Amino acid sequence: MASLLARRLLQLLPTVFCVSVLIFLLQQLLPGDPALVMAGEDRDPEVIAQIRRQYRLDQPLPIQYLFWIKGVLVGDLGESIRLKMPVSELVLQKLPVTLQLATMAIIIALVIGVTAGVISAVKRDSWVDYLVNVVSLWGISTPNFWLGIMLILFFSVQLGWLPASGYVSPFEDLGMSLKTTIMPAFVLGNALAGVLMRHTRAAMLQALDSDYVRTARAKGLFEQTVVIKHAMRNALTPVITLGALEFGTLLSGAVLTEQIFTIPGFGKLIVDAVFNRDYAVVQGVVLVTATTYILLNLLADIGYILVNPRLRQ
Amino acid sequence: MKHLARAAFAVFALTAGALSASAQTHLRIGLAEDPDVLDPSLARTYVGRIVFASICDKLFDIDEKLNVVPQLALSSETSDDGKQVLIKLRPGVKFHDGEAFDAEAAKFSLERHMNMQGSFRKPEVSSIEKVEVVDPLTIKLVLKAPFSPLIAQLTDRAGMMVSPKAAKEAGDKFGLKPVCAGPYKFVERVQQDRIVVEKFADYWNKANVFIDKITYLPVTDSTVRLANLRAGQLDLIERPLATDLKDMRADPKLKVATALELGYRSLNLNVGKGDASKVFADKRIREALSLAIDRKALNDVVFNGEFVPGNQWVSPKHPYYQESVPVPARDLARAKKLIAESGVSTPIAIDLMTPNNPETRQVAEILQAMTAEAGFDMKIRVTEFATSLNEAEAGRYQGYLIGWSGRTDPDGNIYTFAKTGQPNNYSAYSDPEVDAALDEARLKSSVPDRKAVYGKIVKKLTTEGGIIYLYHVQNIITYSARLEGFKPISDGLVRVVGLKFKS
Repeated sequence: MASLLARRLLQLLPTVFCVSVLIFLLQQLLPGDPALVMAGEDRDPEVIAQIRRQYRLDQPLPIQYLFWIKGVLVGDLGESIRLKMPVSELVLQKLPVTLQLATMAIIIALVIGVTAGVISAVKRDSWVDYLVNVVSLWGISTPNFWLGIMLILFFSVQLGWLPASGYVSPFEDLGMSLKTTIMPAFVLGNALAGVLMRHTRAAMLQALDSDYVRTARAKGLFEQTVVIKHAMRNALTPVITLGALEFGTLLSGAVLTEQIFTIPGFGKLIVDAVFNRDYAVVQGVVLVTATTYILLNLLADIGYILVNPRLRQ
Repeated sequence: MKHLARAAFAVFALTAGALSASAQTHLRIGLAEDPDVLDPSLARTYVGRIVFASICDKLFDIDEKLNVVPQLALSSETSDDGKQVLIKLRPGVKFHDGEAFDAEAAKFSLERHMNMQGSFRKPEVSSIEKVEVVDPLTIKLVLKAPFSPLIAQLTDRAGMMVSPKAAKEAGDKFGLKPVCAGPYKFVERVQQDRIVVEKFADYWNKANVFIDKITYLPVTDSTVRLANLRAGQLDLIERPLATDLKDMRADPKLKVATALELGYRSLNLNVGKGDASKVFADKRIREALSLAIDRKALNDVVFNGEFVPGNQWVSPKHPYYQESVPVPARDLARAKKLIAESGVSTPIAIDLMTPNNPETRQVAEILQAMTAEAGFDMKIRVTEFATSLNEAEAGRYQGYLIGWSGRTDPDGNIYTFAKTGQPNNYSAYSDPEVDAALDEARLKSSVPDRKAVYGKIVKKLTTEGGIIYLYHVQNIITYSARLEGFKPISDGLVRVVGLKFKS
């Protein structure tokens, strides 16, 4: 088991390396010159030339890459041109915010999605099933930005229950923190809830049709016991794994949601950085997100192996 | 017993009253973007200036009528040959770290703007040869050549004074914790979340500072910004949409203040850069395009008539506006005639580059429809900002919808756009007569003299120049009706001295 883990971890390195090269190259495809944007309205040619020198934008790409990756290896992600701050500091400041948001979103999605999925499978082809399906389709197809603005108009402007935007850390004030993040987390979790509902429903239907459920029923067990203890347990393992994998998607999905609710997380950081061509920030954030995603995949794999001994060979 | 209870109640009421009177007043301002670094020498964003207005005082300021008024300086005097400027400083001023503001500190700040690596103020103070200390409260600016816009430059970031001690210690990290001489001192900043400042006890004008603490919160979406104001999360917001003005005015809980901007919005034409400029080689085509546009209708349709149609680099309300060349009425017949005379066959295809925001896109569509009637065929190309700068630089455009936030002195609105080879002259417009006049206007000092110089070129620039001026934006500030003392000023910045909550 230990050697397997070590092997998987070693396989990570080339992946992260490829990702780093890809990030660097993709960014160069972005039209627009950071020096031009940074030079501001007046655009003095001398100032532009100086920015290019200072941030090595006048050097060939491989040299720029080497300087960057050399720093990354010792934990230095470079400096933001726009904010004059170390990127690693920005990342450390923003990552917990997005993690909190994504965690809340996934909990909301799992609770809503799994419950709805199980109910609709058990009540197959009844009006409840149809209703759940329609609602989940609505959830999947509602655009984040629209739902976000509607929620703000209703809960903040009309009712005045929740703050329309902003963010408070849970270490500062837990109640306020929940209040500021509940709407964005719901918006973020909404689409995922729809997806999870469909997967849960399909998995449950399969389980309910299987031999072991028939056997359980034949033994004369209560229907509730059959559904919860026998069918659900087996059906849910893949759904939960799917949820874990979707966590990575949530990190990137937070971009729009954070923009609407002015949550100072990864999403807002990267949007501002892209518009300002603040390369160091874009590279840093994407690298950290990609690495997190790869690690989550690894964890899911390991989880599978632990659950299913047959995969160990 | 009854008396006792009454007395106790009175004491309670008084204490409660005293407590609430002493409660900290807190103003929350919603910004349209997150500012960049808060160092007056390195900053370049417009929102950054809104934050600076509370922490960094300047040598001079502007008032509602665009007059230059004293702030940290008391007066300025320019020598007869225009090459020396004597500036008297305000006594008894302290920086937030307790250091005294004097001639040495002013010299330090100006030299920092002039020499610091990466300083964006260099072009603004490039006319200064050196700064001399005359006495503890007087400095002398020795200029390379007379430069009349200089004092106006000192009403903005180039005139902001920083504590020499703090600036030397922090170097290029000064912007992470700026130390200036404004009414509020910097407390903390969380990027993209908030900037907090609190009242500075030793401020020179502290009698007029009423609010204890200000938090600036960037809320990018204008609809959400307004929703926050309505929900009471914010007390004041900048730049809501012009189309929301009607609703905001109808809301008794809100107050709306507008001030006409210093700058302009325009359709810039490529008249001299690469193949794309060929279509505008004949200046009659440029004039025809301008004549095909109904500026009033444009303003009425897109901005509910709230903005001001314009045809020059300053608005019709500005002292430098040339009344002899008024905003032209649409003249389709003449536009068609000019095109016919030029011999160019219609439809004339034009690649129109437009930034990606709903209002500007609408402007582009209306221009497309209006100019089509004169024989133009505009193809709208929506382009993200950073990309559009590159395209303009490379000359890969024919028309470019863009704006300029404007400067107090008219020189800042025209020189770098119209003079041959200047950085903002994307159009690659070049005309010896215009170049000479633009330089001449910098040497004259009185308003009538300078206005006369600009008067010589205004006709040429507005009919056949590289820029078709379209309209001037109203800087809108909307705030809670509980707030009083707000004065709208054309630069759109929020001056916090004098602001207070109604008791």
